[in-house]
Amino acid sequence: MSYISLTAEDREQMLAAIGVASIEELFREIPAGVRYGHVLDVPPALAEAELTRHLEQLAAKNVVDEVSFLGAGMYDHYVPGVVDAVLQRGEFLTAYTPYQPELSQGVLQAIFEYQTAICELTGMDVSNASGYDGTTVTADACFVAKAETGRDRVVVTEATNPQVRQVVKTYARGFGLEIVEVPHDGGTTDPVRLGEAAAGAAAVIFQQPNFFGCLEPAPELAAAALEAGAVPIAHVDLVSLGVLEAPGNYGCRVAVGEGQSAGNAISYGGPHYGFLAAKQPLIRKLPGRIVGETVDTAGKRGYVLTLQTREQHIRREKATSNITTNQTLLALAGLVHLSLLGPQGLRETGETCMALAQYAKDALEARGLELLFPERATFKEFAVRVGRNAREVVHAARAHGVNPGYPLGRDYEGLDDALLVAVTERRTVEEIDRLAEVLAP
Amino acid sequence: MKLIYEKSRPGRRGLEVPKPDLPVPPVPAGLARAEPPRLPELAEPEVLRHFTELSTRNFGVDTGFYPLGSCTMKYNPRVNERLVGLPGFRDLHPLVEDDAAQGALELEWRLEQILREVTGLDAVSLQQAAGAQGELTGLLLMRAYFDDRGEDEQRRRIVIPDTAHGTNPASVTMAGYELTKVATDARGNVDLDDLRANVDERTAGLMLTNPSTLGLFEENIDEIAEVFHGAGALMYYDGANLNAVCGISRPGDMGFDIVHINLHKTFSQPHGGGGPGGGPIAVRDTLAPYLPVPVVARDGDRYRLDYDRPKSIGKVRGYSGPFGVFVRSYAFMRAWGPGLREMSEVAVLNANYLLARLRDAYELPYDRLCMHEFVLSARALKREYGISALDVAKRLMDFNFHPPTIYFPLVVPEALMIEPTETEAKETLDAFVEAMLQIAREARDDPEAVRSAPHNRPVARLDEVRAAKEPVVRHAFESHETPAKERERKSLDAPKGA
Repeated sequence: MSYISLTAEDREQMLAAIGVASIEELFREIPAGVRYGHVLDVPPALAEAELTRHLEQLAAKNVVDEVSFLGAGMYDHYVPGVVDAVLQRGEFLTAYTPYQPELSQGVLQAIFEYQTAICELTGMDVSNASGYDGTTVTADACFVAKAETGRDRVVVTEATNPQVRQVVKTYARGFGLEIVEVPHDGGTTDPVRLGEAAAGAAAVIFQQPNFFGCLEPAPELAAAALEAGAVPIAHVDLVSLGVLEAPGNYGCRVAVGEGQSAGNAISYGGPHYGFLAAKQPLIRKLPGRIVGETVDTAGKRGYVLTLQTREQHIRREKATSNITTNQTLLALAGLVHLSLLGPQGLRETGETCMALAQYAKDALEARGLELLFPERATFKEFAVRVGRNAREVVHAARAHGVNPGYPLGRDYEGLDDALLVAVTERRTVEEIDRLAEVLAP
Repeated sequence: MKLIYEKSRPGRRGLEVPKPDLPVPPVPAGLARAEPPRLPELAEPEVLRHFTELSTRNFGVDTGFYPLGSCTMKYNPRVNERLVGLPGFRDLHPLVEDDAAQGALELEWRLEQILREVTGLDAVSLQQAAGAQGELTGLLLMRAYFDDRGEDEQRRRIVIPDTAHGTNPASVTMAGYELTKVATDARGNVDLDDLRANVDERTAGLMLTNPSTLGLFEENIDEIAEVFHGAGALMYYDGANLNAVCGISRPGDMGFDIVHINLHKTFSQPHGGGGPGGGPIAVRDTLAPYLPVPVVARDGDRYRLDYDRPKSIGKVRGYSGPFGVFVRSYAFMRAWGPGLREMSEVAVLNANYLLARLRDAYELPYDRLCMHEFVLSARALKREYGISALDVAKRLMDFNFHPPTIYFPLVVPEALMIEPTETEAKETLDAFVEAMLQIAREARDDPEAVRSAPHNRPVARLDEVRAAKEPVVRHAFESHETPAKERERKSLDAPKGA
């Protein structure tokens, strides 16, 4: 086996040094009744060339050559080549969590730079080093809000990504939180209605742009939450934050989101990273790793994991979370991508998405399709009525090599004829024309 | 080394973006970004160099020996990185119809079959992003299971030994349970008397790592299973140390009802400087109805995601899990095949060899054969020469070794927890032994050399107290100061009282 080095001679010498006669003897402390007396019933070993062929065959059974307008939380934004080059550095790829800072300044500084980027984008003061994905960081934020307010109810808008809401509800059981959903009103959330629901709540969660792609009256939603004494939590898209205001600048105290759109391939849903950032007063309530700046014994600047008294390995049952493994490598990918884009590139990416999405709306309307929420401004995604069951429309369009989007009826009652269409900067005018032809021949 | 923000100059950029000849619709008033985010502005070559330089200030398994106990820092086969990048995996959207994802679903199903066999259990959920999330999910399964039996309010307690990893008690709290701690006996096993005194009809379950964080196989596992199942409680296996027992002993056969598997430990997903990971759970049939949705179902030779599971606890992560991790771990398992047993045998052989060669120079708190890792104590060095486990760890860096885990488990003072894994050569183990023996001699003869280590790293020992006291957790952007801020700062810096 090529992953191990020990020769038969090595093994003999080592057994002799240990003072046992055989490998079997090393396991003598395992009670006989729980020893597995069989050869594992798993498929036979493959040589690397065979392994490659087997996985290529599996990969070939997936369909990835359609022109895709499917988003709904995962987007095919372009991932630059430099991202791959950095992630292939074995010093990053094969390192553990940086518990020993003298050997880990590379990843520690990178995380510090990542935290800075997330704070800049979201308008917050402190970011953790990443969470699992956009769903779990939202659940984490609920825990922060509960600790901050001592309240045990969380309000979430119905226009928030259904995957996020489902995960929040699962975690809520353990946290002892009640989850209340506020319906949307024509594609966005009514601040008055939200404010009523927020009375006595620990947190208010909304998404900007929301799951329908619509721009929420976010400053008014944050104000309604603050008025009720609840922590306003915005679930945002990093790619939008070159053109849309940072949540920290309109009253939110916590910002979370799915980082996939910055730096990560879609990869059938993971691994990606979730980001979580907050205003300064919440710093000691945050879950997850945080990197801080300090100096060494010679006064030289360096970076360490800090505020670890929040964490499980020190606080155990009193920790702010059980999180240990996070998504550092994917967050690093995000940092590299954002560093390449810079403020200008990020704004242009957002503008291109908006321009193409507007072109797509116009093209579909011109062919007689109705937008689901025609009054609402959108960013890179919008909902359109397709005149019949959207699942069937998806199926039919795929026969023409186009995946036209996400059937909203999968999550929302009464929206069986609605399709959620995502347009990233990778789509072209020609591809959008093709979408229009396929949806409204 | 400068931060990337300190290398930034206005007007530079590292990526061009498509700009179609189309009007950009306006952002509604009040929602548009007022001030641009201060992201770095560098050309592409400088971005690459920055991160390449950072990588040279980091240490991975690819760099050298990384015997970090409980973390299973084994070799990560490079072919797996190529496989995960196959367009058919990389570009697949998780919300496509199942017919477009047959290869991905088949891979997930095949991975589940191998995990069932290795754990000796019946059903698998791949969704969990890490071991800690597997733990939380497992505990929520216990709650759902007992809720179904009308016992959720009665069974509030989870039993955990004092050797447990910190995630276990943290997960107990997150799941809304209460913690009951039990002691460790003189041989490093769970103290059975203490256990019996603490398990009753109020107990929901046990969380146990076996082999334990001491690297010892729990010799009384049969009795432990009797105690819990006799009380109607469930048993959760923390799979952090599964690398010791693949094909040798199965958690399901030990009596465990729920197991999480750390794909980033035993099954070689690279750790990535902290993540990603994968924390699938395997369970007995009786717990299968409660698993998170969706689960992979097979109908003949077709695969689909099944959401129609009325008793499910819900979702714990987006979509069906960290798929790229599944690709790498599945590839790793297929490269080994049934030889996974040899993987564990060699991991245990390597650990026992190191133990045999180091036991005279460092204290061994539990004198037994170890499994894939073992715990030594630097207590004597501390007492006699003032050299701590931390000093030993820092000095190891001078020999180009990553240190072991230190100060864990908590039951051993000045703990050094060493896990070599199966992928290290005997020459590497011997060189590590020589370094450890030299450090033990230096503690006596030249303690300052140990205390002042490391000597050849980009930074010396860092002031962690200061970092926590006055946290600086983001760059301050002095160079971007507005003139007003600058005047204010200068007035603060001005001599006072002279």
